[in-house]
Amino acid sequence: MSTLETSTEITRRPFSGRRVRLGDLVLQVVAGSAALAVVAIVGTLVYKIVDGARLSMSTFGLGFLIHQNTWDNVGNHFGSLNFIYGTAVTGLGALLIATPLAIGIALYLSELAPSWIRGPVTALVETLAAIPSVILGLWGLLVLAPFLLSEVDPALHSALGFIPLFGPATEGSNLFTAIIVLTIMVLPIVSSISRELFLGVPPELKEAALGLGTTRWEMVRGVILPYSRSGVAAAMILGLGRAVGEAIAVLLVGGGTIASAVNSNLMLPGNTLAAKIASESQGTSTSFEYSSLFYLGVILLGLSLVVNLLAQWIIRRSVRKQGFA
Amino acid sequence: MSAVEVSPLHRPNDRLRRRKVVNRAMEVIAMLAAAIGVAILFIVVYKIVRNGAGQINWDLFTKSYIPLAPPGTPEGLANAFVGTIVIVGFAVAMGIPTGTLAAIYLVEFAPRRVRSFVSLVLDILQGIPAVVLGIFYYELLVITTHQQRALWGSIAFATMMLPLVARSTMEVLLLVPNSLREASLGLGVARWRTTLGIVLPQTVGGILTGGILAMSRVAGEAAPLLFLSALGGNTVDWNPLHPLQNIPLAIFSLTDSPYPDDHAKAWAAALVITVFILLTSLGARWLAARSKRKLGRS
Repeated sequence: MSTLETSTEITRRPFSGRRVRLGDLVLQVVAGSAALAVVAIVGTLVYKIVDGARLSMSTFGLGFLIHQNTWDNVGNHFGSLNFIYGTAVTGLGALLIATPLAIGIALYLSELAPSWIRGPVTALVETLAAIPSVILGLWGLLVLAPFLLSEVDPALHSALGFIPLFGPATEGSNLFTAIIVLTIMVLPIVSSISRELFLGVPPELKEAALGLGTTRWEMVRGVILPYSRSGVAAAMILGLGRAVGEAIAVLLVGGGTIASAVNSNLMLPGNTLAAKIASESQGTSTSFEYSSLFYLGVILLGLSLVVNLLAQWIIRRSVRKQGFA
Repeated sequence: MSAVEVSPLHRPNDRLRRRKVVNRAMEVIAMLAAAIGVAILFIVVYKIVRNGAGQINWDLFTKSYIPLAPPGTPEGLANAFVGTIVIVGFAVAMGIPTGTLAAIYLVEFAPRRVRSFVSLVLDILQGIPAVVLGIFYYELLVITTHQQRALWGSIAFATMMLPLVARSTMEVLLLVPNSLREASLGLGVARWRTTLGIVLPQTVGGILTGGILAMSRVAGEAAPLLFLSALGGNTVDWNPLHPLQNIPLAIFSLTDSPYPDDHAKAWAAALVITVFILLTSLGARWLAARSKRKLGRS
């Protein structure tokens, strides 16, 4: 293209110079406004969610966070403690089960697996992340919940019943089922990030440890895990963010529309912030309820912001540290 | 002193053996963990295939849903498939160009501080739960227009796609060697033509990969649609200005239904969308490997 019209280029130079700058300007403005749109969306979102919650915030104040068993349209009492509790318990429970499993998977894929297994298994585990939450909800409600209710819940109750978490189960849709479904969602996130971290450990360090006569596990415990500790923490936090924000699957398997009180028994139905918001899509009947819905949104948004910023901060800090090392 | 016996546990040979046993045990545990991860996928997919395969027939795609139809009535989910195609189509049309342009700005033009700030905002956007996007656009769009529309769902999906597309585009843009840009600029080509004509074509594979992955992510997402396009009718409708029924919400409500017939239909829809997502993510994986190889070579 540029080989054409050399002579005319010269005569047109003063103009073409300006035209070129115009093209640059146009692209810069168009692309820049796309980037601006990202910032604008997030800004508007935060404003709109907080603004929508204003009525509920001024009426209930911070008491909204500690009132439970109150989603009462008649008496206009709204509180979120049971949803916060449900969110915390399901998120942490899922993380508790998923993390060791994910680290095991990541270690196997980064250190042990023969190369012909590595690729396919990595792909399979990551495919797990691609399954839509509504399908996991479908599977969780129709397959997993009845199975847990008849096989796992009674066994857990008889073995660990002295812990208040494992009380008797009355139906398959409960917080424990929600924890298992969330575990499946969190697992691929934590394992794929951890795997990349483990692969990033400098081979000199690993070889030095093995050269000193450590076994493979001692090398993992002494080199790989300490080296990637903060990254794994960030991966866990990102996984927690995923679990906390999940609405549809928890709405389907948590059975939360029935129960509304905080109860230590995981085998009872419960609800989370995200699932409660989703269930309110059926329609809110008063402006108090509508505003309280947004108050739940404020809490959830705040949680996800904290979780993400924390993970980013950890990642950035550890990248900087490794850069100097 | 010589009378003191060394406990058998601390004799060197035993200790070595113990270390080896621990090592072996940990290896087995790691392998089991990987097996469990793969097994979960197979169990879920197996159930979807087993319960859904029998329900796949021509009617599923060509006939609409009839609520409370007597068993044996020919019906399907055509309305939901069409709705998902419309919603995801418009989301792709908005999300991929915007995400790509934002990435171009951040990599090619933005000052360093702007870049790191907007990157942070992209991360935040990616972490915002879908259901919060749902109530945000409900307040912003549905309340102001008094109407649910498929298009609002597309806007929410495009918002979810933005950070995914922008991030993957940024990654490949950063892989393009600077010498290419310098060569073009040195030949007197304008900056914008260098960006669009020289740099961008190198990254098409990466952009497509990110776009496809983002599309398959939103194709199965239900949460925002609960608020934005939940009042779809039971007839086939291509108009994005109407609320349209769609696959994720159809699965959601059919799962919640007490009728086994509805469950069967939910499994069928789940099978279709799972196959779609598996194929697209495999395709994206292949594309990503190919484009990385090509970029690496040049």
